[in-house]
Amino acid sequence: MAKVLVVTSGKGGVGKTTSTASLGAALAQSGQTVVVVDFDVGLRNLDLVMGAERRVVFDLVNVIQGDAKLAQALIRDKRVDTLSLLPASQTRDKDALTAEGVARIIADLREKFDWVICDSPAGIERGATLAMRHADMAVVVTNPEVSSVRDSDRIIGLLDSKTERAERGERMEKHLLLTRYDSARANRGEMLKTEDVLEILSIPLLGIIPESQEVLRASNIGSPVTLSSPESAPARAYFDAARRLRGELVPMDVPEERRGLVQRLFSRRVA
Amino acid sequence: MLRPEPPVEQWLAELDAQVVRSPGFLDSKPVVVDLGGVTEADADLASLVRALQRRGLRILSVEGADPSWSGAAEWGRAIPGGRSTGTIELPAASAAAPAEPTQTGAAPAGPAGLIIGEPVRSGQAVIYPQGDVTVIGSVASGAEVFAGGSVHVYGTLRGRVVAGFTGNPRARVFCRRLEAELVSIDGVYRTADDMDAALRGRAVQAWLEGDSVVMTALD
Repeated sequence: MAKVLVVTSGKGGVGKTTSTASLGAALAQSGQTVVVVDFDVGLRNLDLVMGAERRVVFDLVNVIQGDAKLAQALIRDKRVDTLSLLPASQTRDKDALTAEGVARIIADLREKFDWVICDSPAGIERGATLAMRHADMAVVVTNPEVSSVRDSDRIIGLLDSKTERAERGERMEKHLLLTRYDSARANRGEMLKTEDVLEILSIPLLGIIPESQEVLRASNIGSPVTLSSPESAPARAYFDAARRLRGELVPMDVPEERRGLVQRLFSRRVA
Repeated sequence: MLRPEPPVEQWLAELDAQVVRSPGFLDSKPVVVDLGGVTEADADLASLVRALQRRGLRILSVEGADPSWSGAAEWGRAIPGGRSTGTIELPAASAAAPAEPTQTGAAPAGPAGLIIGEPVRSGQAVIYPQGDVTVIGSVASGAEVFAGGSVHVYGTLRGRVVAGFTGNPRARVFCRRLEAELVSIDGVYRTADDMDAALRGRAVQAWLEGDSVVMTALD
């Protein structure tokens, strides 16, 4: 039975698109068939992060409006053939999304893939509510910082009221993905600690993704970080998170950057 | 404050149903009636007054009534700038009232109380004029709880709490950890800035003494 997962946050810029691409790729690399769907109509980014921006012919809005079939709009990833992308439109905006159109597309995608991952736009308006509407589970992406936490709390409230699951009285599985985590800054009190975030949001922790230069590098070359540098700390954290999504029990830790021997020999702490 | 909505007959019936559910609801409660929702076409003002008075309401004044409405003189002048204790909501039958409204003639349920078994999330507002609200969990920053009675938070109170908003100065607020943005009892409020810093982060109870919200630690 296919699982529909929404990656959402409320706050912008916390790592939804990065996480959608990385988790999607990690699941696909483990053999699952995955489609990642960009719901950010007008400000699409998922195609860039996936490296598919030069192959976009038809998009989500074209399919909703009947200008194209779903199969024509889906873009298969060149590196992992169990991974596909349904891009958003760049020229339209969220008003072009219709509830019936989205319902139809999600139902179609459920039949073709093991995982349908919806990359939600930021905010609490139409784009975000349509992205979460048909989800079976949610990954709430949060930075360990007060405004992100409060916005995530708001989004959790919406997940419990504006989704089909909530309207049917069913529980939606919600997972917290803490991104851009910097343990040094958390220890200095400049950022919230994991326990603080968990105490406020009260949903189970899916993973802690450390802040890393690798993420920007990966998005600049158009690749999910789990494909371009699978040994890096954020990639390892995403692989662990994908395993937890599949139900595996993986002990939680924050992967440290692995520094080469030469780096460790010659780096000095500034007094 | 009571706000009649058209159709007036149905609104009066809901008012009566509410009284059946919580008999003390209107007990000689002094009310201000907001007529912004009804027009001359909806009701004869004089008979609406009498209908409300028959139900034991002490009408202090009206607001929002068109002065050309026949019978307006009978109501007296509006008292401006009163301390608003909020609108008395008449919940629909499907709302959180514990007693079954379809059981006519049954003995009214015990003291009404709303229990919320999960955190109140940012942006959510809980409005329960009939009595106490108990939250088993935290009340998030940006969330609001309005209760006709007391508010009990078995968690961290980070948002706003308005207790006794139907005109109940004996309502209290209790929480396991005080990080509240605002605490109000029967219209008198205190913002976070005005709260004793020594109480932040502790289990606290708040009540009204005269015209001031008093807070003390519970532990």
